[in-house]
Amino acid sequence: MHSVVRLLLLAAFAGAAITAHAADAPKDQILVGLITKTEVNPYFIKLRQAAAAEAEKQGAKLIARFGKFDGDNEGQVAAIEDMISAGVKGILITPNNSTGVLGAVKKARDKGILVIALDTATDPQDAVDATLATDNFEAGVLQGEYARKALGSKTPKLAMLDGTPGGSVDKQRHDGFLKGFGIKEGDPAIVGKQITHGALDEGQTAMENLLTAHPDINVVYTINEPAAEGAYAAIKKAGKLKDIVLTSIDGGRLGVQYVKDGKIAATVMQFPKIMATKGVDYVVDFAKDGKKPTGFINTGAQLITDKPFEGLPSKDTKFGVENCWG
Amino acid sequence: MSSNTVAPSNRGTGVFGRAVAPPTIAPLVVLVVFCAIFSVSTHTFLAAGNLSLVIQQSVIVGTLAIGQTIIILTAGIDLANGAIAVLGTIVAGRLVNDGNNAALCLLFAIVLCTCVGVIAGLLVSRLRLPPFIVTLGLLGIVTAATRLIAQGGAFPVTDDLLGWTGNSFIVGGTGVTYGMIIMFGLYALVWYLLTQTAWGRHVYAIGNNRVAARLVGIPVENRLLSVYTFAAVLYGIAAWLALGRIPNADPNALQSANLDSITAVVIGGTSLFGGRGSIWGTLVGTLIVSVLRNGLTLCGIDPLWQDLVTGILVISAVAVDQISRGRQR
Repeated sequence: MHSVVRLLLLAAFAGAAITAHAADAPKDQILVGLITKTEVNPYFIKLRQAAAAEAEKQGAKLIARFGKFDGDNEGQVAAIEDMISAGVKGILITPNNSTGVLGAVKKARDKGILVIALDTATDPQDAVDATLATDNFEAGVLQGEYARKALGSKTPKLAMLDGTPGGSVDKQRHDGFLKGFGIKEGDPAIVGKQITHGALDEGQTAMENLLTAHPDINVVYTINEPAAEGAYAAIKKAGKLKDIVLTSIDGGRLGVQYVKDGKIAATVMQFPKIMATKGVDYVVDFAKDGKKPTGFINTGAQLITDKPFEGLPSKDTKFGVENCWG
Repeated sequence: MSSNTVAPSNRGTGVFGRAVAPPTIAPLVVLVVFCAIFSVSTHTFLAAGNLSLVIQQSVIVGTLAIGQTIIILTAGIDLANGAIAVLGTIVAGRLVNDGNNAALCLLFAIVLCTCVGVIAGLLVSRLRLPPFIVTLGLLGIVTAATRLIAQGGAFPVTDDLLGWTGNSFIVGGTGVTYGMIIMFGLYALVWYLLTQTAWGRHVYAIGNNRVAARLVGIPVENRLLSVYTFAAVLYGIAAWLALGRIPNADPNALQSANLDSITAVVIGGTSLFGGRGSIWGTLVGTLIVSVLRNGLTLCGIDPLWQDLVTGILVISAVAVDQISRGRQR
């Protein structure tokens, strides 16, 4: 029975650990569920940490889950279902797939659970009780306007490093950038587009390939700062730092530092901490007196750069460092 | 329990041999222990609704794991099963949304998945290519083909027939979906095929000792082809189950399902080296993984522990298998 005993011991050990941990939660503590996209992007890690801190401050308990990869819908659906079983009062979710998650969201709301979308809206937006997010289109517009001004009178050769196909945030930032830049989709100024899934390694590979194909690229749109970091590495290796205007969105500590060091020309700051803390507060308020938030609550987008231009309001990196997440 | 039909010489001597002879016992014990722990730690785990949920969450990987089991029994492996199922969902979804008859679309999708299985089977049996390499290559090809067909993102699939497997009826105060019934039915069917038919005996024999199987007169190439083909039919059905669970055809779905299905098979006691294992073990393995994820969420514990424990279970299961194999010689 040696092998069975071994497996039993293992299971018992795991069980003891679990029971010891789980025994802490008092029966009437408010349970708040948080489901982020992945643990790969530091943005979502910080969002989760901010939510955990706020939950602790409020005396609530945060149950956090995340998708396995950017775009993982099943994992999030399963997480919503498990949280319904767990008896959460509210679920905060950054949906990987704005339509794929609707069925599970409806199940939760039908059970009287408050559902708030963070950072990324569902499609349709009113499938959840409220959305706490950056206006990603507006963020893209700011990035685009800055890029156009920074380029000056040069003929634009634009490279676009996009995120994940089908992502609503990805689409909004992309479209917003084009509007701010002043061109339409399909304009010959766009010399190349690549998919990065918002990851550093893919951003680097994408930028390297685009630079090989089009050495005259002089302005780059990136979906977020990890992708921009990858792009920067590629641009540096190609020795083209002086020739390219690199822009991004996110406003993380590393991103702001990059702007300060001159690696990225400008970034648009988001405020995930506000999303997380406000989200937790809404759930706690809902649990206590049934108050529900509604609609789209804009948590703000702020252009950060040390090289401002006339007619385009922005804040410098000092503000950035003080207010960045992470 | 005599569901393991490996030849009698499997029963080793002494304590080890007897302990390992019915390979499904140990995983079952682990499953029961986990369920007991979560029932004690939370007041939400043992609810009928939650248990039904855990099974619903197991349906897709559980069905993929059936195909994985029969392939692994022949000492093969399949890295492309998730991708093939996703191809099925995209093709069926796209055709239905274009206005075609739903039943025909579903049938076409399953046939398409089966064709991929035939290709894999031919490459493995006729060209003698290693299954790992064949299915790795197919994973890339099928994934790319799926994305090209889907052209961008996921799209909703709201057809009644395609979503039928997600419909449920109430039994004992909780919902039971038709998908769950289909999954259990497929497990029972494959159990029958593996243990009560010559085909099944041949499958075990091929995995146990391919040369000996050929010498005894088993048509090894045909059997291998049939295994990969049948597995792919199951992947097509898994696509139908996926559409029932989430009415959305998503090219990004099931990216880790191949490894998840292998995990379920291994934890369930089937040997990666072929020739031994029970299909019911795979079901238990699938449930262990789902119970772990569900239970840890209910306890509010960091889900990364799930990966840790699953990894330990996988290594333990393979170690147990290796030790028992060593005892046989």
